[in-house]
Amino acid sequence: MTKRTLTLSLVAALAAAGLVAALAPITGYAETSGGGALKAVSEFSSIADAKERSKAIFAEASRVLTHPRCINCHPATRSPTQGEDMHPHVPLMIAADSSMGPAGLACSSCHGAENRGIVGSRLKSIPGNAHWQLAPESMAWQGLTVGEICRQVKDTERNGNRSHADLVKHMGEDHLVGWAWHPGEGRSAPPGSQPELAALIAAWVHTGAECPD
Amino acid sequence: MSIFDRANLALSRRQLLIGASLTGAGLVIGLRPQPSAAATEPFAPNAFIRIPLEGKIAFIMPSVEMGQGIYTAVAMMLAEELEVGLDQVVLEHAPADPKQYANPLLGDQITGGSLAIRGIYEQMRKAGATARIMLVSAAATDWGISPDACKAEAGHVIETGGSRRAAYGSLIAAAASQAVPQEVPLKAASSYRVIGKPVRRLDSPEKVNGTAKFGIDARPQGVSYAAIAICPHFNGKLRAVDEAPAMAVKGVAQVVRIDEALAVVANNTGAARKGLAALSIEWDPGPSATVSQAELERRMDAAIDGEALRHINEGDVAKAEAEHGPVHEFIYRMPILTHSTMEPMNCTVHVRPDSCEVWVGTQVMGRARQVAADVTGLPVEKVVVHNHLLGGGFGRRLDVDGVILATKIAKQVAGPVKVTWSREEDIRHDCYRYLNYSKVTATLGPDGMPVSWRHRVIGPSVMARWLPAFTKDGIDLDQMAGAESPYQIPNRYTDFARHEAPDGMLTGNWRGVGATRNIPPIEGAIDELANAAGIDPLDYRRRLLQHKPRLLAVLNLVAEKASWSTALPEGKGRGIALTEDFGSFAATIAEVSIGEDGRFRTERIVCAIDCGQVINPDTVEAQIQSGVVYGLSAALYGRITVENGAVVEGNFDDSPVLRIHETPPIEVHIVPSTEAPGGIGELGTPGVAPALLNAIHAATGKRLRTLPIDQTDLRRV
Amino acid sequence: MPYNLTVNGKNYAVDVDGDIPLLWVLRDTIGLTGTKFGCGIAMCGACTVHVDGQAVRSCVTPVVDAAAKQITTIEAIGDTPEGKRVQQAWLDIDVVQCGYCQSGQIMSAAALLAANPKPSDDDIDAVMAGNICRCGTYPRIRAAIKLAAQG
Repeated sequence: MTKRTLTLSLVAALAAAGLVAALAPITGYAETSGGGALKAVSEFSSIADAKERSKAIFAEASRVLTHPRCINCHPATRSPTQGEDMHPHVPLMIAADSSMGPAGLACSSCHGAENRGIVGSRLKSIPGNAHWQLAPESMAWQGLTVGEICRQVKDTERNGNRSHADLVKHMGEDHLVGWAWHPGEGRSAPPGSQPELAALIAAWVHTGAECPD
Repeated sequence: MSIFDRANLALSRRQLLIGASLTGAGLVIGLRPQPSAAATEPFAPNAFIRIPLEGKIAFIMPSVEMGQGIYTAVAMMLAEELEVGLDQVVLEHAPADPKQYANPLLGDQITGGSLAIRGIYEQMRKAGATARIMLVSAAATDWGISPDACKAEAGHVIETGGSRRAAYGSLIAAAASQAVPQEVPLKAASSYRVIGKPVRRLDSPEKVNGTAKFGIDARPQGVSYAAIAICPHFNGKLRAVDEAPAMAVKGVAQVVRIDEALAVVANNTGAARKGLAALSIEWDPGPSATVSQAELERRMDAAIDGEALRHINEGDVAKAEAEHGPVHEFIYRMPILTHSTMEPMNCTVHVRPDSCEVWVGTQVMGRARQVAADVTGLPVEKVVVHNHLLGGGFGRRLDVDGVILATKIAKQVAGPVKVTWSREEDIRHDCYRYLNYSKVTATLGPDGMPVSWRHRVIGPSVMARWLPAFTKDGIDLDQMAGAESPYQIPNRYTDFARHEAPDGMLTGNWRGVGATRNIPPIEGAIDELANAAGIDPLDYRRRLLQHKPRLLAVLNLVAEKASWSTALPEGKGRGIALTEDFGSFAATIAEVSIGEDGRFRTERIVCAIDCGQVINPDTVEAQIQSGVVYGLSAALYGRITVENGAVVEGNFDDSPVLRIHETPPIEVHIVPSTEAPGGIGELGTPGVAPALLNAIHAATGKRLRTLPIDQTDLRRV
Repeated sequence: MPYNLTVNGKNYAVDVDGDIPLLWVLRDTIGLTGTKFGCGIAMCGACTVHVDGQAVRSCVTPVVDAAAKQITTIEAIGDTPEGKRVQQAWLDIDVVQCGYCQSGQIMSAAALLAANPKPSDDDIDAVMAGNICRCGTYPRIRAAIKLAAQG
């Protein structure tokens, strides 16, 4: 895994959003994924209306948020889904109060601090991260429209009381979010990279954090 | 000739001692008594009992323990007549010796078909009684009194009304010189002291504290560990491999190639698995490489109306059909199934120039020994098989393909090697329950009751390979088990359309055997006929079972216990299925509910059974529940598919089985009986799928005839 | 390089690659065969052991992750109050059939009771759904956990 400081384009975007001071020094996982590209912020400059541009930028960022690597752990119920087809987690898992599974069958019963290779199985690896856990109940994304996800993301009542700046930092820096771009053998990654996602979120914030309908 | 024949005694004792000396302490359930300092040879009046001077009495188990509780049951039967407490005995696995340990009903040293107790109920009690009579006789001779003035109790001979008593151990030398009784009267069931009473399993303590030894736990001195890759394609071969990546893994010692597989040998199984995963193996897929699931199903469909061999022909079905019409036709389709025992296939083998040792858990001890002899070219008496507890059998360990593979590999390895299959290999190289289809056709009389019944059974003949004695004129008698139905129908016709799996795909016995295959179509069809006649399915069955009092009794009991006559709310339904097989009778009622998402939930399973004389009621309840859970797994999830001449599924992720949160309450009600004991290990399984299908119909109006149950949308039509 | 493992209070130096699953080190290298292999992908729970008191699937736990931690297996779970109660309840209810999965079942149940002394049916499901039993001992597992929870 290679790790490098944020690309110039992101720094530029953050500067434009007036967020550099809040975020620096920020690092992210720049490893790209085979999940395809994310549009750069600049590609939205042709949308004259700032409000519409903001919506379009969030819609682009939502390609990451709704990717199985992300949304599998933002389920509608308190049980995660699994795999590219987002089937219910096998075995049955529930979040419990900790969001880390019940004692006796915690997430960490199987998921380690890193991805773990397994041999002989089509699964290839058990994904892992030091902070492996289910998103809080308020952040249930499955079954929501992109607009509904957007409104949840910026609602401080439901997003862990995160400011817009906190959101950019979270998307760009959080270790568990970053895991999505190196999900282990046998799993696809979302499009783009963590810095590119953070750049989009920053640009979305800068353009007014408007939500698609 | 009876094994209690006096002429046989010396031989049996000698063989037993040979077996004991070779098997060592690893074969003992519990602790093997240490040989006494005295030179007195233990008293072994037959192959099942060995009484030492001091310490516990050894019972040698003719059947193998795979969870069904047979070790406890055998001990109960022996102890009943020997007059010892179960705390006075230890259990030992029998050595491979079909002459001594064949199940009388199978003629071979096989544990399967729910035949253990049926086969040995009398044999075990006689074995116990014979030993007791000789011990009593020894004491009576010593005391100068009649044996009639003595009684046996808790491992002692006691002078009735007197003060003298002698422990069995003190009598062994004298007992061995007593005449073997020719007449061995047995207790009446009414005076049983052990049989029929709930007894805790004798194998529980070691299974609870981790000391129980399964085949996979064998660790002979100097053992190495192998991971195996078998050609994924049926009948395929190993073509080429570069061994270097495996050899570079720490702990890997050797790569072994055989025709159809490759093994990596290391100083631990983890390193062997890692080494195996590092290899890029080229397989020659062979002629079956293009076989797909769609093609196999198409072939089965074509076989439905193809050639078939007549089995049962009662009355005149054609005439009845012509007179009564219309002919109702139901085609039931059942999938390919795996056994998925919790203990994956494994076998440890040590091949020496002049001998071979095998450590395994198998349902077929004699066959395991024979194939090891065949592969090594050694005489069979030079092969010793150490049996172990089985981590599940379900029919999987009725085949010895794993012993053959391990012995082939062991021939190339110095010292003993343990070959452990991955779960993926276990699922992809099973002896499968193959695709089985049934076509049932019936006509109803003016009263709505069936007047004709045809049942065509389409599927492979496992018995042609596995036990040819269970075939007749090309008909697999197990496949036809009960196909004519237990119902009183004047004109019945059954036939067998043999249709085999593709070459190289091994098919075998699966829990419930013929009954699990035939009960779903029979019980589904009878339910459909009741619906067509507008008669309650319970009443319909009752009317057709007036000639079957024991089956009728379990039907009536289950109806009462499941409150059949009480209406259920919308979205819920009950279904019935009956099973008559294994010398036993079972009635199952499933109660299901359909959620708003169209998925169903099994709310409750109620079983009533009559298995004749019960040995251990606690085990009967456990085995029926076990069979029900196994049946639920299959009905809900069991389906193996084939693509490119290989099995697609490979582990519990894509071949799921029932888990605790999906398991409904399972009630078991036993009809008391002193009839001959019947089997229980498979009795609970066959009725589950049809009871569910019938319940789903009751709840939704949807009639499903294909297994596993399609759960995608069961909302009411 | 050798890893130092503490299993059931005893120390072992094992010379295996760090990514070898703990399961095989326990069974083959150390010789504690009570912990079972069932699937190799954390789907069945047969290999469950406790690492620093937490239930983990040893078939997907690299030995490097267990080094220098307290590992407890079925062979010693009876030394803990919950383990002892669970094992006794397993005997009292006569849970076992083939017995192969039961080491893992008991390890999961002991971890459940250690954290949740009075589990509801849903609590039992949430933890025990990770352990497969092909013999279908589930009804008795549930009953035995409830019995063990009574003290």
